Amino acid sequence: MYTAADLRKGLKIAIDNEPYIITHFDFAKPGKGQALYRTKLKNMITGSTLDRTYRSGETFEPAQLEDRKMQYLYKEDDHYCFMDNTTYEQIHISEDAMGDAKNYLIDNLPVDVLLFREKAIGVEVPNFVNLRVVQTDPWVKGDTSGSDSKPATVETGYVLRVPPFIEEGELITIDTRTGEYSTRVKG
Amino acid sequence: MPGSWPLARRSQALAQRGAIFNRIRMFFHEKGYLEVETPFRIPAPAPEAQIDAIPSDGWFLQTSPELCMKRLLAAGYPRIFQICRCWRDGERGSRHLSEFTMLEWYRAQADYQVLMAETEELVRAAAGSESTDYRGHKIDLSPPWERITVRDAFRRYTDTTAEAALADGSFDELMVERIEPHLGLTRPTFIYDYPAICSALARLKASDPTVAERFELYIGGLEIANAFSELIDPIEQRTRFEAEAAERAAQGKRTYPMPEKFLAALSGMPEAAGIALGLDRLVMVLINADSIDDVVAFTTEEL
Repeated sequence: MYTAADLRKGLKIAIDNEPYIITHFDFAKPGKGQALYRTKLKNMITGSTLDRTYRSGETFEPAQLEDRKMQYLYKEDDHYCFMDNTTYEQIHISEDAMGDAKNYLIDNLPVDVLLFREKAIGVEVPNFVNLRVVQTDPWVKGDTSGSDSKPATVETGYVLRVPPFIEEGELITIDTRTGEYSTRVKG
Repeated sequence: MPGSWPLARRSQALAQRGAIFNRIRMFFHEKGYLEVETPFRIPAPAPEAQIDAIPSDGWFLQTSPELCMKRLLAAGYPRIFQICRCWRDGERGSRHLSEFTMLEWYRAQADYQVLMAETEELVRAAAGSESTDYRGHKIDLSPPWERITVRDAFRRYTDTTAEAALADGSFDELMVERIEPHLGLTRPTFIYDYPAICSALARLKASDPTVAERFELYIGGLEIANAFSELIDPIEQRTRFEAEAAERAAQGKRTYPMPEKFLAALSGMPEAAGIALGLDRLVMVLINADSIDDVVAFTTEEL
């Protein structure tokens, strides 16, 4: 059981027996007034969204989901293929159900596949993944534009902002929870 | 393996924040205010129903320096200000940090109208310019700013009244969802004369005791400051604190000891007005930051 104070982005709760993930969360409180928890919820099966505001004191059931440890194999058309490491069973997941996870998929990446009533509805990747930069503009020494970041494309095609000193071919760590650059992998 | 990138990326915002703080201190020194420091850890915070203090070894981290600063007023300090950390349990969002920076100032022989004018001056001094761009709004800082009563705001932006909303428990929700987003978009807005029940430490208005002499400042839809003409009647203050404490107990919240030294000092306190201004949020509107996380060196989650 969760309370309103436990709500946060990424939490999965059950509403009318269906799993929802909180896609946006914010806390609001007028001066001297009552705390309000504003959420956007996405139905993890249908993809439909809800806007809900909750007050402190309200409670929520966790979504009934099963996690299975799998690894990424390959992409075929608009499906992604994963394999269960213990049973060697393979499953396909549609691009729609992948969400942001598809930005981080490299061969053999270990993931948690989420199942609701035996059906795969989503994928969770590790919090940090290492990906190689395949394109970024060189850093011009003495650049006085004041810019403290520049765009870079990594091997999965994902584009993010990185510090100016990152060069093509380097391996970087990305925080998959925010989609942001975290650190450079040395060596 | 968290990197230092999110910290380094804020260097420009932190430099702007520092400059704003310097201008604020200059402003108060030029106006004859004394900068004071009161303890962060206190035995008894104000027992307000909706503000939760974090316990600290039997005492509490302050939710505001209000009670200690008023004791200084009662002791004869006529103009004081403080820039300090405050803590509020469970408050975290894109506009909230549970540890945040407050600017509070108190002025003897003044009321909330005087503070509205002084707040206009302070924010303009802090900005160092006559306008600011915040979230797509060009906000004109030249005085006078917009002033609207809470009753008129409900009339203008909702289909109910402030009184009806209080009675059915929807006051706070309407304030957040329907009213706040309109406030302070072209110039800063003072919303004032709050229902008496929403103001545990404010003086009631002599000409209309159903409202308290309290205002809030909004810039770009963001709540920046809360102020009032101070209640200086110790008996009335004790009655209100008892009602707030009873409300806390009814909600199953942590209760606090009664701040007896503050109540004792109130009988010697002059007529005064005081204001609490959220400095992190002021920096947000002056440097056009989307999240409060963008204007502090560290968030709790990064520690």
